[in-house]
This record gives sequence, C-alpha cells and structure tokens, in this order.
Amino acid sequence: MRRYSAWALWREGLRGHAGWDRAWTSPLPKPRYEVVVVGAGGHGLATAYYLGKNFGITDVAVVEKGWLGGGNTGRNTTIIRSNYLQDPSAAIYEKSRSLYETLSQELNYNIMFSPRGVMMLAQTEHEVRGYRRTAEANALQGVQTEFIGPERVKELCPIIHIEGPRYPVLGALWQPRGGTARHDAVAWGYARACSDMGMDIIEQCEVTGIDSAGGAVTGVRTTRGAIGCNKLAIVVAGHSSVLAEMAGFRLPIESLPLQALVSEPIKPCMDVVVMANTVHGYMSQSDKGEMVIGGGTDGYNAYTQRGSFHHIEETVRALCETFPIISRLRMLRQWGGIVDMTGDRSPIISRTPLGNCFVNCGWGTGGFKAIPGSGWAMAELVAKGAPGPLAAPFGLERFREGRFIDESVAAGVAH
Amino acid sequence: MLILFCPHCGVEADETELAPGGEAHLRREGPGSADEAFEGYLFGRVNPKGVHFERWRHAYGCGKWFLAARDTATMRVWGTYPASEAGPPDPLRDAVTADRPGWAWRDLGGAA
Repeated sequence: MRRYSAWALWREGLRGHAGWDRAWTSPLPKPRYEVVVVGAGGHGLATAYYLGKNFGITDVAVVEKGWLGGGNTGRNTTIIRSNYLQDPSAAIYEKSRSLYETLSQELNYNIMFSPRGVMMLAQTEHEVRGYRRTAEANALQGVQTEFIGPERVKELCPIIHIEGPRYPVLGALWQPRGGTARHDAVAWGYARACSDMGMDIIEQCEVTGIDSAGGAVTGVRTTRGAIGCNKLAIVVAGHSSVLAEMAGFRLPIESLPLQALVSEPIKPCMDVVVMANTVHGYMSQSDKGEMVIGGGTDGYNAYTQRGSFHHIEETVRALCETFPIISRLRMLRQWGGIVDMTGDRSPIISRTPLGNCFVNCGWGTGGFKAIPGSGWAMAELVAKGAPGPLAAPFGLERFREGRFIDESVAAGVAH
Repeated sequence: MLILFCPHCGVEADETELAPGGEAHLRREGPGSADEAFEGYLFGRVNPKGVHFERWRHAYGCGKWFLAARDTATMRVWGTYPASEAGPPDPLRDAVTADRPGWAWRDLGGAA
C-alpha cells in the first residue's frame, strides 16, 4: 500500500495523479476463509481490522450485500461521544472515542475527526438531575464531562435560544472531547487497511443462507457462491434478525427507521454538536456548512430506509424553537437508516447458540460513535471464542438473566 | 403516511392518530414458566423483513386495540382485525398467502 502524505500528494500532482493505487481490491471470493464477517459497514470492517492488527488473523473475508459503508455507516449524523451512565457503556464508548482520536494517523487515512465538543441540553428539571448524575458517574469512570449552566451554553453556542417558550435551556452535559468525524472515511480507511493486510472485501455479495452442522456454522451461501468458514461474525445492524433467522436463532432486536436531514450550506454559525433529547432533535454544522439534523426513530418495525414524514416535522419544529435562526433554511436531503433496537438500548456483542458464530448488533440509534471500540471488542470475541472485559457485559444472556445495561435515558432518544 | 382501518370505529386512521404496540400474537408466560420462555416472551421478536402481524391502538380515536398484517419492507397492508381475534381471519390469511406464495405461516395461536 502506498502511504498517503503531503509528499505523495505533491509528487502525484506533478504526474497527473496517475500513480495512485486502488484503496482496496475487489477480489473474487475464495472457497474458504478462517473468518467470514458479514457486513462491510464500519463495525464489520473494524472487526476485521482488529482481528488482523490485534490477533494476527488475516485470512478474513468481509462480505457486503451492497456497497461498502452504504448502510447506517453512511446514513448517520456522525456524532462521537461517550457520556453514558452505566459503567459497561462508558467503558466501550470511551475506548471507542479514544481510538478515534488517533485513527487518522493509525490508518493513514484522514477520517476528519473533529473533537469540537458535544452538548446535551437539559430542558426539564429531571433532565438537569439526570445529567448531573451522569456527570458524577462519568467522573468516576474517567470520562471527561461537566454539567454547565445556561450562560456557558450560550457562550459555547450563541445561536441557541436559551429562554424558549416551551423548553428553556436549564443547563447541559458538556463533553469537550466529543465531536464528529467523516463517516464514509471511517469505512474507507478501515477497508484500505484491511485490504492491505490481505483480507478480501467482497461487495455486491448478499448472504442468502447460513449452513451449519453439529451446532457449528460451516459456511455461508451468497449471491456469489458458497463460502466456507471456520468462524462467522454477523455484523449487519438493521438486518440482524434476518441473518439470525438464517442461522436458526432469534434476537431481542426490533428494526426501526431513523431519519436525518441536511440543510443548504450556510456560513459557520455553530462549532459544537448540540443534542436536545427532550424535544427529539440534534444538530451540528458540517465542514461544508450544511446543518446536519437528526431526530427520533419511527414507532413501528420497518426496513424501508425512509421513515415517516411527521417525525421530521416534529424534529424540525423542535429545533426551530431552540435555534430560531434556522427557521428559513431550506433542507437539501433527507434519508433514513434501519436501526436495530434492543430492550435496554445497549448493544449485543455475543456468542450465539451456534458455537463458532458471533453477533455484533443492537447499537440502535448510536452505532457510529462506537465503531472502533465495537470492532476492538468483537475481534477479541471472535479470535478467542470468549468475550474480553469490554464485550463481556453485552452478551445475549443478559436478557435471560435480567441483567440489563439500561441506557434508555442516555441512548433511547437521540444520537 | 401509513393509513390503517380501525375495525372498531370503522374509520381510516392516519399513523399520527395511532399508537404502535409491537408484535402481535405473543404467547404470554405466567408464573412458573422457564427463564427461556420468559425471555422469549419479553424480548424475543421475529422482527421479519416482510409479513408482520402487529398491534396498534387507535389512541386519538376510539382508544381500542386492533391488529394489522403489514409488510415491513414494502409497507403494504393486507388488513386489520380486532385484537380480540385469536389469529388472523381466513380472508386475510388467504390474501397474504396469495401475495407471498413462499411465505411460511408460523403458529399464531397465542393471545392477541
């Protein structure tokens, strides 16, 4: 792999940019691999990357039904934070956030990580109490957050209307080291690094069946032929239940559409990420100047990647109240992704009833921020066959044992 | 906008009038059930990409529960029926079978 650098850019500039390699190869599937990862989104590619980097397993294929990073990885609002309440969540999300800090250098691919700060507004008295509690919990967990008053909120983000008629801003949970990153680049960077390690990334290859014998997976059937494997990792977010059905077990997952939209580009007016969970809306400004807006999920199961119009209406109405200057903005694009929601709003990184088959799913509305940490933990689970300390609390058995990691307040509404 | 027919009050209701209630025909588990059975009842869901039987409440209307057969991928609705029915009525079953020939019916014998 030719490294990207200022020198390489200068040299290629003189040569008409004829010397660049493909960032990743498009091989035909081999008949058998040590590990097959289903899903070339951020989590699947990160799983493959850390399998190679941390455990030296490079006989890996990542199969993808569409194109690389074309699911939720390319459909989210790119927010990165780790201000969760429960210890297991804080551990994995903080691991993830810290990996993001140096990911551009590690992958030699600019993921444009921008630690601009994430602010979660408290607009009711019980949100104030909840976020004060989270700030104390974060202090114990080693996650840097702080509860700030309305004056500081206004100072950090002057376009917020503090004394709104319905939901005045009473304070905020502020994580200065949270931020955003370029979502596509995260997938592309991991894909390039995986390809460089000799892994096969096979796009346009939909899994249509999972073969098993004697309680273990023997391979997958795909639209590009059968592929054998010693271990199978299912990392497909919204379609997890579909893959689980092929493998013959059921997951505590429901798939719902979640929508986002962007405005026309305007001059820089906010340099932090603002989330308003009471009114179901969150917003940041992209480097191009577009306001990136996300809302709440639909209430009923669907796989349509569209979502219901009235949810956008509710989100935009709430944000216009909090940010009056956006009321005349025109919206450029709207899209939906299918999120996989669990009962306790925490993810699943787990063994399954099939001995050599592992699942990573249930990230719900907030998977993007977790990509590096999720891949790190999943790679350890796949490589060793047993979860490490990061993944252990997120096993499927917690639903039987009633040992939930309840993040419905921190994660159920917005990301 | 998803529009469903409320079989109780007989109106076509927009989804903003309705409250979704999740998967229908779950078999309720009582005291003494095995942990696995409780887990399945509380959390295990078919979550199909395709034919889905689900509960709805006409929240801003008559307030009553009813059930719907809907395709989660195409949003096609085959019909609705009162929540007091133990399973989908025969005409609705026939409509789904005619539309999705390969679709395997599972046991929907649980309470609505």
